[in-house]
Amino acid sequence: MYSEKVLDHFRNPRNMGEIPDADGIGTVGNPVCGDLMSIYIKVKDNRIEDIKFKTFGCGAAIATSSMITELARGKTLEEAMKISRGDVAENLGGLPPIKMHCSNLAADGLHAAIQDYLKKKGAQK
Amino acid sequence: MIRRVYMDHAAGKPVDPRALENMMPYFTDKIGNPSSPHSWGNEARQAMEDARARIVSLIGAKRPEEVFFTSGGTESNNLGIKGVALRNKDRGNHIVCTAIEHMSVINPCKSLIKQGFEAAFVPVDKYGVVNLRAIEESITEKTTLVSVAYGNGEIGTIQPVKEIAEMAHRKGASLHVDAVAACGQVPIDVQAENIDLMSISSNDMYGPRGVGAIYVRTGTRIEPIVQGGGQERGLRSGTENIAAMVGMGIAAENAKNEMKPEAERLIGLRDHLIKGALESVPSSFLNGHPTQRLPNNANVRFSYIEGESLILSLDMLGVACSSGSACTSKTLEPSHVLLGIGLKHEEAHGSLLFTLGKQNTKDDVDYVIKALPDIVKRLRAMSPLTPKEMQ
Repeated sequence: MYSEKVLDHFRNPRNMGEIPDADGIGTVGNPVCGDLMSIYIKVKDNRIEDIKFKTFGCGAAIATSSMITELARGKTLEEAMKISRGDVAENLGGLPPIKMHCSNLAADGLHAAIQDYLKKKGAQK
Repeated sequence: MIRRVYMDHAAGKPVDPRALENMMPYFTDKIGNPSSPHSWGNEARQAMEDARARIVSLIGAKRPEEVFFTSGGTESNNLGIKGVALRNKDRGNHIVCTAIEHMSVINPCKSLIKQGFEAAFVPVDKYGVVNLRAIEESITEKTTLVSVAYGNGEIGTIQPVKEIAEMAHRKGASLHVDAVAACGQVPIDVQAENIDLMSISSNDMYGPRGVGAIYVRTGTRIEPIVQGGGQERGLRSGTENIAAMVGMGIAAENAKNEMKPEAERLIGLRDHLIKGALESVPSSFLNGHPTQRLPNNANVRFSYIEGESLILSLDMLGVACSSGSACTSKTLEPSHVLLGIGLKHEEAHGSLLFTLGKQNTKDDVDYVIKALPDIVKRLRAMSPLTPKEMQ
């Protein structure tokens, strides 16, 4: 039911882990629903310099988390905000329809991490 | 080549070669319809009645007229529930079942509720054993049917059927037993256990899919839900699938003859698997009753991780199993059975169901036990729910 690309990211997740001194953290989902995702970002000169994830969830949840780190790394914050759920699914060669809404949370997680960074930055000024 | 270990027998079993061999002539040569008066018809009718007799013998029915062929466990459960409820609506409109029944029992009950019936879904304890007092209290003068699974297909828990039968009969209700997961694994005697109706599936006994049966004790009031040409004494119309019935008959005979040693062997493997999994993986737990459970059923849960990713990880090592996680269901809800035994949603998500079968060996079980710790560790390292000290 999963594409080869999804299975590849599930088997060999990219950028898995935490960033202890992250500039922004976005946590989305809910363990009650079966998916919980934390995205950690490090920002330098308005660009995502480093990004990592931790995910509790199904194969799709883990693969989308892994994919978002590849898509967002090196992007400006504006570019990263434009990465959509659809972009993530498309880059994974598609997701089963039932997984499109419940487990395709990685873009939301990235956006939440960026907003967290902007909020912290605003507070510092 | 990686080892392949199939431990998902609740999802599907292979057809026993002896059953298959006996089925084959009925696809091509012995093509008669049992309703026909000619010799082809007689041959088919005889084969069908031989198959029925084998099922009668397995479950201890009094008469062959009490066993009716259906298309499988789901249809048998639908017929048992709706057929009795509708036929007896002049006597009452109330049904009692447990909160952890198979969906082919729960959904017919819900459908009857829409038609004006009432149903009680009686809770179970943390092992999945039905609360007998709650059953007794929920049976009213209006109750016409009580339905309970002999052994739960997901957590394996075996219910005190005989006691429930007594309670139902005291109030004049019939007892329907969903024995789809249990029949062929553990001895069931419909007369000794006072069962009025019982659903059986062929594939769960290593017969072909697409065929099953329902036992209906003589005198039980029931009406058909599939109507037509009056086959199966009017209770289940439709041209008979003789090949499938023959296969189911052989499967029932094999089950009867081989049940005892095979159950003992499976219980040994099951307990080895449960013990091995719980000992080798921290924060792992058994779902269901430790001893009062189906011989082939090992259901364990692992904290902080999710079942579908466990299934995918095991599949990468050639192991097939199931999970009660929402992510493997069509409804995006975790298993109502796991919630029914009091698990939280996040606990239910992390469950794995291994169902053993004839082909499984101790080596298979050892392979799974050896694979589990690393798989769980890898997924826990990824999970934000895992406590720091465990990573």
